Amino acid sequence: MFEIRRVLTHVEDIFHEFGPAPAQPLRRGAIAVVLTNPFAGRYEANIEHAMEALKPIGLDMAQRLLAAMKVPHASIEGYGKGAIVGSRGELEHGALWHVPGGYAMRELLEKNGVPTNAIVPSTKKVGVPSTALDVPLTHVNASYVRSHFDAIEVRVPGAPAADELVYILVMSTGQRVHARVGGLAKEAVVGKDGLR
Amino acid sequence: MAIKLRKLIVQVDETRIEMGQAIEPPTRRAVAIAVIDNPYAGRYEPKLDALIEAGEELGGLLGNKCVEALGIEPGDAQSYGKAAIVGEAGELEHAAAILHPKLGAPLRVAVEKGAALVPSAKKMGTLGTAIDVPLGHKDAAYVRSHFDAIEARVADAPRANEIVVAVAVTASGRPLPRIGGLQVSEIKGEDGLR
Repeated sequence: MFEIRRVLTHVEDIFHEFGPAPAQPLRRGAIAVVLTNPFAGRYEANIEHAMEALKPIGLDMAQRLLAAMKVPHASIEGYGKGAIVGSRGELEHGALWHVPGGYAMRELLEKNGVPTNAIVPSTKKVGVPSTALDVPLTHVNASYVRSHFDAIEVRVPGAPAADELVYILVMSTGQRVHARVGGLAKEAVVGKDGLR
Repeated sequence: MAIKLRKLIVQVDETRIEMGQAIEPPTRRAVAIAVIDNPYAGRYEPKLDALIEAGEELGGLLGNKCVEALGIEPGDAQSYGKAAIVGEAGELEHAAAILHPKLGAPLRVAVEKGAALVPSAKKMGTLGTAIDVPLGHKDAAYVRSHFDAIEARVADAPRANEIVVAVAVTASGRPLPRIGGLQVSEIKGEDGLR
């Protein structure tokens, strides 16, 4: 039901932000797929079944993102997801991505020994081609880890067209490059409720 | 390392379907982007040697990153291009110093050969400014199927005293080329044009 038209991967190393450079640069990655929106141009009451069809796409994206980042599973400390719906769609079409997108990353990391109790933060919007989306990032196992609150701008030049969707997954290898505003530290994570 | 690197970004853009037509194999284009400190920001300097050296370093670094991200052999690269965005405390000539004297030679090593001129674009800009990096076939500039462009943009750069430098390398031409002209199969690859 979904056709993948285009795949964009983005990997960035942040060496510093005008402060002391950490020994290991922060690596952040994003993958965006451009898909046909099977519900474009009309109101469809029942769309829930589409989430099932998106599951393999989510898992494939999560794997591709990790491969593009070239880091082991255990290095992933932050994640997030997002959706940009073309102008003939509705915001709810972006919401279809919550379950297949989030659980794809959690499944991939959990299977490889990385606990992911934290909810995957997200944003969504309706937009024209080249619209940018700020995709939030938080710690994979405890949402309150303050050093890992972050966001990455993701944008696919030329997409989404009116009858397309852009679904996005993002991951990062650590805290903001000069994190220093206190709060729960990753070393203090209890790791039971996904929050602390 | 002569350059002061703040950020390094590598993107791969793969098109599997265009205008409803399946693209087999998909077109794949990479762009590698560096955010560097501009050592000449805020003043006029008659000589721009530090940026010329930076260009040499970046040609190899960014060219290799593209080839690596595409997962191809260097000789399988098909088209390339380069561009720079100078933050507002610099001048346009700073982009020229990076792009033109020395960036090309190590880039040509990264993609094997490269008889054709490397098409380029430059501009002054601010955080989030986008630049369209022109693309042309690496061995014959007149190959019409490979005239293209890929956008490079960094959300938080260039700051006033920074320069964004982008190198693009592809493993393909446009997804559905059908306007004739010189074909890849007809390349002589001697003069860089045909």
